[in-house]
Amino acid sequence: MSTSNVLYDHPGPRAKVRNAVLSVVFGVALLGLLYWIYTRFDQANQWEPRLWEPFTRSATWTQFILPGLWATLKAAGVGMLLSLAFGIVFAFGRLSDRWWISVPAGMVVEFFRAVPLLLMIFFIFYGVPFLIKGPVTAFWAVVIGLTLYNGSVLAEAFRAGIRAVPGGQSEAAYAIGMRKNQVMRMILLPQAARAMLPIIVSQLVVLLKDTALGYIVAYPELLQRGVNDLAANYGNIIACAIVAAVIYIVINSLLTWFAGWLDRRTGVRAFRVPKQTAPAGADSTPEGGATVSEPQG
Amino acid sequence: MDVFTDPENLDAFVSGFVWILKLTGASAVCALVIGVLLAAMRVSPVPVLRVFGAAWVNIFRNTPLTLVVFFCYFGLYATLGLSLSQELDVNIYWLGVIGLSTYTAAFVCEAVRSGINTVPTGQAEAARAIGLSFAQTLRIVVLPQAARSVIAPFGSILIALCKNATIVGTIGLVEASSVMKDLLNSYGNAVILIFLVFAGTFAALLIPTGYFFGWLANRLAVKR
Repeated sequence: MSTSNVLYDHPGPRAKVRNAVLSVVFGVALLGLLYWIYTRFDQANQWEPRLWEPFTRSATWTQFILPGLWATLKAAGVGMLLSLAFGIVFAFGRLSDRWWISVPAGMVVEFFRAVPLLLMIFFIFYGVPFLIKGPVTAFWAVVIGLTLYNGSVLAEAFRAGIRAVPGGQSEAAYAIGMRKNQVMRMILLPQAARAMLPIIVSQLVVLLKDTALGYIVAYPELLQRGVNDLAANYGNIIACAIVAAVIYIVINSLLTWFAGWLDRRTGVRAFRVPKQTAPAGADSTPEGGATVSEPQG
Repeated sequence: MDVFTDPENLDAFVSGFVWILKLTGASAVCALVIGVLLAAMRVSPVPVLRVFGAAWVNIFRNTPLTLVVFFCYFGLYATLGLSLSQELDVNIYWLGVIGLSTYTAAFVCEAVRSGINTVPTGQAEAARAIGLSFAQTLRIVVLPQAARSVIAPFGSILIALCKNATIVGTIGLVEASSVMKDLLNSYGNAVILIFLVFAGTFAALLIPTGYFFGWLANRLAVKR
């Protein structure tokens, strides 16, 4: 059922009236709720111009929001590159013929997918300094945490993608004398990467949102600078949170739109990844063909 | 090795994970109810409902959970004065449940909607042909079939929810990750052991859950 309007008939006169009544009733209820929220904000003096005025000053943007946004994008960018590398290495590792490679690789991937990101960031930031006898910067704590978690998710995505390439592809490659390494690198990975592109991009949205956890280890990203520090100066935490949320929503909507555009563009690819990838899978690849990214952080 | 033999630390460890389980349980129920309602709105014939469902999903799916939870505490509680309990930690717990369930509901909604898409068109057409209304079609024919195909995504969402519950620690609930942070700071000689115990507990909870949902999804899958 690709279109949802198969669920109901084309409305006749009575249905039109009923839908209109429902629209009005629900619309009024919604407006009432919004008005109630508005009055509550008003009672708490949240609409005072004093609280919103800082956003018209350039210093607010150049000193707080834009540096925070840049730090967020930097952590997300570095994290994405590293987790792609991690994902490819561990996907290959898990598909290796040698059990002493595939079993440890599988354990690493399963482990890091099951451990909360926050726990890893805490360990890297507070625990690792005791081991290496030196401090770990907040930036690397966030980036390494993001890499381990998202890299493991991507490893599973790549593995599912590689396994979904039609068997004839690798058979043909073996038949012309390629080694396993060559088959993987030259035949399977390019096709798998193309098929998994939408999932990879939607994982980037997850990764970008997860950088907000950097707030907890005082990494100066958007939540830290644009909400925490800015509100400490002006006492306008709700206004700051709303502005920061809008920025996150705009960036992530653009990325989601990009993922959808890629999906449509690669719609003519040779094969599609089947809906259920692993039979007994704790796989993150969802069923139903939709790219429902894992709702981490 | 004496970190976990100290009964005080052991109590903190247990209560940390009890908070995680409580957060997961309450939020899972709320998110499931809200998410299914949102999915029903998104496929309904009433445009206002569709817009509302789509707006909810787009707003909460694209906002970091940390920011949502942050807003629940500083916005709803500290500024607007929404207090749900006299006790401080119980109050934070419910604020966390609000944040986790509004956020997770967006993902449940999308999973249900993609589940509805796996039900063959003929099912809904036949339901309409025998005169069922939209609500009846959805409730009696489409959702029960969709439910079987959303078990695997629900498993992923539940696992992510349990991991996300640690984020409530950022607004001051002493859950597992906060306990781990405190232990790391006071026992610098046993950091690897501490991490392995906490991470291992999460893995021991979540990896079997993943396999269970995989098994269940396979068992209940509609063979077409």
